This record gives sequence, structure tokens and C-alpha cells, in this order.
Amino acid sequence: MRAWLLHHARAAGAALRKLGRSPLSTLFNIIVVAIALALPAGLYVALTNIQQAVRTLSPEPQLTVFVALEASKAEVSLIDTRLKEHPQVARLRYVPRERALEDMKRASGMGGIAEALERNPLPDAFVVDAADPAPDVMDRLRTEIAAWPKVAHVQLDAEWAQRLDAVLKVGRVALLLLATVLAFSLVAITFNTIRLQMLTQREEIEVTTLIGATDGFIRRPFLYYGAGLGLLGGLAACGFVWTATTVLNGALIDLSYLYGARWEVAQLSWRDSASLLAFAAALGWLGAWMSVARHLGRVRPR
Amino acid sequence: MIALTNVTKRYPGGHEAVKNATLSIERGEMVFLMGHSGAGKSTLLKLIAAIERPTSGKVVVNGQNLGSLRARAIPYLRRNLGLVFQDHKLLFDRSAFENVMLPLNIQGYDRRDAARRARAALDKVGLLGHEKALPVTLSCGEQQRLCIARAVVHRPAVLLADEPTGNLDAAYAAEIGELFRAFNQVGATVVIATHDVQLAERLAPRLIAIASGRVDTLAAAAA
Ligand SMILES: Nc1ncnc2c1ncn2[C@@H]1O[C@H](COP(=O)(O)OP(=O)(O)O)[C@@H](O)[C@H]1O
Ligand SMILES: [Mg+2]
Repeated sequence: MRAWLLHHARAAGAALRKLGRSPLSTLFNIIVVAIALALPAGLYVALTNIQQAVRTLSPEPQLTVFVALEASKAEVSLIDTRLKEHPQVARLRYVPRERALEDMKRASGMGGIAEALERNPLPDAFVVDAADPAPDVMDRLRTEIAAWPKVAHVQLDAEWAQRLDAVLKVGRVALLLLATVLAFSLVAITFNTIRLQMLTQREEIEVTTLIGATDGFIRRPFLYYGAGLGLLGGLAACGFVWTATTVLNGALIDLSYLYGARWEVAQLSWRDSASLLAFAAALGWLGAWMSVARHLGRVRPR
Repeated sequence: MIALTNVTKRYPGGHEAVKNATLSIERGEMVFLMGHSGAGKSTLLKLIAAIERPTSGKVVVNGQNLGSLRARAIPYLRRNLGLVFQDHKLLFDRSAFENVMLPLNIQGYDRRDAARRARAALDKVGLLGHEKALPVTLSCGEQQRLCIARAVVHRPAVLLADEPTGNLDAAYAAEIGELFRAFNQVGATVVIATHDVQLAERLAPRLIAIASGRVDTLAAAAA
């Protein structure tokens, strides 16, 4: 166990020294890895922020139930009872047609039109908050209520929010694809970097093999190098994203003064940053492992 | 300790470097494999160290049949051996000290213990003053001695040396001969491939003559 730890500590030290021995190419590699990671991380931050904004702008989607114009008072109160007793209805607000007309008169620009009307063209309406705001539940509820007698039309409010949600879903799929492609490229970058390293360290690999090094001993520093590359690239990517978000927030402060509001783009969270680093290190490790497995037999004798 | 039975080694290309060789070396012996250049001496040493595999025949080292040894076990076999290579195979980007530390690092020695052993080995070959020197700054004889220090630092049971006095003048060669004698006297089995007759006269080992890949056992006295 002690010897094992010692081996690992030495391999890690050797890998660090290798990173430091050729600072320029190491820096270049780190930047390439960082860009591969910063792209999906940045997109992730953008998506999270848009999603958050959508959620604050449209609290809960609502259904507006328009009663048929020719419905009698009794028929309206029947609809009222049915809605109250429906298990999916959490809250209910009745908007009588007179109130609706008042509202319309008060609304700027619409006043004149309302005045000109001989009779009230607006129907009675109910505004329904559903118990479960999930889009498919809402949609089923709408179809159900629309089929009731004397219900003219059921409108799903905040439909735009749902559409945006669907767009965001596409965005998330795109993010996943992008992240997958770039994860492959990160593995490819470490794979190739390790291949070059193994070529330049051909003699060392040969000599250590001849004097009794196991494959594990030879592999270990390369694995640490790969993981280190991923980790440093991940750190740099977090730095990129953090800088971009901070700059954006600086610009937003001026804009939000103009509108008397406080707008701010949320940073990549600590948890997400930690996941990014772990993911990057794991991919670097994987790339290095694959590279050593592929090239060890070719680089060394036997 | 080492036993070859009807061993033939044919290199890719068809050349038979070792032909039906049978020989046996006891624990604690000092043996010289002697023959002209191209006789097959290096190939024999490589067969013993599992660097080359025989085309046919059996090689047993330290009780282990190399033919049935799994690839994973070969590193552990080599840790019982000390190899002095004809071309030294030193690492040129590391100091003399680091080069000697290498076998100990591979075997997971404690750093402090390893450093002590490495210094002792460097001292034995007279290179303690060159601890920090890079191999390129050392003379050919010093490089040869550094290679020997690396081969003996982990106190292997068997020392295999390929032309250890190859390009050294007589004084250096004598010095290195004494190193091998001392190592043999503390119990190690020493096998040296060489065509240096003076060295053979000085150390008076058992001689095994090799000619065109064939083994020819002579008397233990110097030729
Ligand atoms: N890797 C190799 N591939 C092909 N032929 C080789 C190889 N190594 C050695 N030989 C040939 O085998 C013969 C014996 O070589 P070697 O064992 O090095 O002899 P020695 O060490 O006695 O000079 C030589 O003819 C040499 O050319
Ligand atoms: Mg030779």
C-alpha cells in the first residue's frame, strides 16, 4: 500500500515536471483543451440563464376559459361549479363580461373602440391555475374543458413561454451534442499529445522496460499527464467563462440602470465548475490510457 | 541458476544467431562467453534476460522457464538481474545519480533508502564525485562504470554484462574486472560476454566459447 502510494506520488511528480519542462507547448495544449471545454460550458451558462429568465417572466401558465356568448346565468354557474370541483384546478378567478369591458375601456388605445360598441362583445371568462403546470397536463386539461357545453374557447396563456421552453429543449440537445463532440476532441488531443511524448521518451521507456519496469509503472506518469492536462484545461475554461460572464454583467449594469431594474447573468456554479474539472480530468486520463495502450507495444522492444 | 537446452534463435530475415545451444551456469559462478564479433554472445545474453525469445529450445533462469512465463511476469524476472549493456543505455537527460536511482524507483524503494544505496553504488565504481553530472559530460569509461553501478545497485542475484570493457584502455578494463570479481565474491552469479582475452586471464573464470552461434565448453582455465 505504501509502495503503491509512493509510486503514484512519484508518477504525479514526474508528470508535473514534464508539464513544466516544455512550458510553451504545455500552454498551447492547455489552451486548446480549454477552448474545447469553454464552448459547451459557455453555452450551458447561457441556457441556464435564459431558462431562469423565462421562469421569472412567466410565473405559472394559466388557462382562460371563455364562455359562449349565448350562455345563460345558470349555465355559467354550472361551468363555475364543474371547474371548482375539478381535481386539476388549483385556483379559479371569475371575470364577468362587464368587468372585461371595463378593463378594455381602461386599456390605452382600446377605449375609443369599446365606447363605439353598441353591445358588449366580450364573453364571461374564468382564469384557471392548474394544480400541475406541466405542459402536457395543461394541454389535456384544456382539451377536456373545451369539450364542455357552452364553453366557447379555452386559451392556454404563456404559450410563448412554452414555445421558448421547447426551443430551450432543442438548445439542451444541441449542448449535449456539442459537449459529446468536444469530449471526443479532448480525448483525441490527449491521445495525440501522449503519443508524441512517448515517441520522444522512447529511450526512457526502453531502458526502464529492460531493467524491470511494469507496464503500470511506465503508464502512470502519462496518465497523470493526461489528467493534469484536462484539469488545467478545465481550470482555464472556467476562467474563460467566468471572465466572459463578468464582462457581460459589467455591460448589463449600465443597461439595467436605464430600465431601473437589476439584471445579472449567473456565473457557472461551484458545483458545475467542479463537475467540469472532474469530467475534463477523466477525459484526459482516458485519452492518455488509450494512447499508452495503443502505442506502448510499438515504442518499446520485445 | 541459468540453463539453456537446445536453444536456437533465428532472427527475422532467417539468420540463425544461436544454433542448438545447451549450457548451464550454477549459482555463484563467474562465466565468460567468449567469441568473435557476430558469434552470438549478445543474443545469448538477451535470451537469458527475456529480451529475445528463442525460436526453439528451453531457457530456465532462477528456476523459471521463460518459455511459459507470462508477459506480466517478465519485469519481476528482470529485477533479479543486473544488465550491463554494450551501448550503456543511460538516460541522457538525467544525472548520474538519477540514472542509478532508476532501478530502485521502479522497484518502489523508499526514497531515502534508495538514495543511500545509489550513493554506495556510485562510490563502488568511483563516481561519487560525479553524482550530479549528466552522462554526456562523462568519459566513455565513466559511462561504462555508471552503467555497472545501475546494474548492481539493487543487488541482483545475476549480473549479465555485454562487452563491459569493449572500448576501454587496459587500466580501466582491469578496474572494471575487479568490480566484477568483488561482486562475484559476495555471491552473485556473473555472466560476461566478451572477446577481451586479457580480462579472461585476469579473472580466470569458467569459459564458454561461442563460434558462429554454437557452444563449445572448454576447461575452466584461461585459454
Ligand atoms: N536484431 C537482430 N536482427 C537480425 N539479426 C541480428 C539481430 N541481432 C543480431 N543479429 C545477428 O546475429 C548474429 C549474432 O549477433 P550477436 O549476438 O550480436 O553477436 P555478438 O554479440 O557475439 O557480436 C550477427 O550475425 C548479427 O548480425
Ligand atoms: Mg555483441
